[in-house]
Amino acid sequence: MMSMSPLITGITVLLCVTMLGAAVVAIRAKAMPIAILAAGLVSLVASILFLVLASPDVAMTEAAIGSGLTTFLFFFVLARIRAAGHDDAEMDADSPDGGKNDGVRT
Amino acid sequence: MIKRAIALLLLLAVGALFASLLAGYVPDSELNQTARYYAERTAGDIGAANIVTAIVVTYRGLDTLGEVTVLFITAAIVGLVLAQGQPALPHTPRQLRPPVGELLTTGSRMLTPLILLLGVYVFVNGHLTPGGGFQGGAIIASGMLLLLLADPLKHFSHQLISVLESLSGLLFVGIGVLGVLFASGFLDNRLLPIGNLGELFSAGVIPVIYSLIGLKVGAEFSSMLANLSEIDKTDKTEET
Repeated sequence: MMSMSPLITGITVLLCVTMLGAAVVAIRAKAMPIAILAAGLVSLVASILFLVLASPDVAMTEAAIGSGLTTFLFFFVLARIRAAGHDDAEMDADSPDGGKNDGVRT
Repeated sequence: MIKRAIALLLLLAVGALFASLLAGYVPDSELNQTARYYAERTAGDIGAANIVTAIVVTYRGLDTLGEVTVLFITAAIVGLVLAQGQPALPHTPRQLRPPVGELLTTGSRMLTPLILLLGVYVFVNGHLTPGGGFQGGAIIASGMLLLLLADPLKHFSHQLISVLESLSGLLFVGIGVLGVLFASGFLDNRLLPIGNLGELFSAGVIPVIYSLIGLKVGAEFSSMLANLSEIDKTDKTEET
């Protein structure tokens, strides 16, 4: 098997660093949409890495499910939670999980 | 404090494990026996240009059937937990249409047909190009999700989804059984002529099976999404 060319190695290292950075952002981000986008970015970079490793089938699965469907689904659920949170706030303002919903709403 | 220390310790242990794996890694100079068998025999025996598809659909077809079954059970459980037998109520006029951006509405109208077309292309060409039933099905489901995002009150026909899903599942197993009767085993692809390598109608029944898997996976994901979106609608209509 051929060893990787310096260009490919450089790109791979760059992608890995991006992936780690996006993962840290996904965990630490205060705003939920940014965290979701960062998690999607992790999957997207992972799918590019799979492509570099010559496995396009796995890359497609990762891009379609990990990066596409999951990110969409998170946003979908986030919108639902926000809507439900607003409803709860209107119905009973002093609900015990009010603080929890506030964290989600930011 | 002690919790953090334990977490750090666990992290270090996992890191050491992976580091030892990485240190001992030597790339293979040639394919191992199984891989060589697949690489050399696929084109002649199966007739699929994409070796991964030949393995997934024919050599390891039974595993794929199990995978599809797991996905089916997941979709069924999601439906069971979320729907709880509530019939979907017709939308009341009081129910406000949640505001979605103009960009999303117009973009989804333009992109959804293209996304669906791409999904169908991916699973129909599964034996020629990378991708296949699972990837194509997921792409189709993301098109459906885009529709739902653009119009959260959209209602998908559950009957159509379940008919599509069960029909493709039945046909998948039926083709497998036909393989026992008329070819050399369960899910054998030589039920149809293998044809010329690289043509659309080649590799026996692989394109048929992968298209069925694509439809089934797409229907299952779509039913999960539809259930997820409808549980909220029924809740709202009850509250108002």
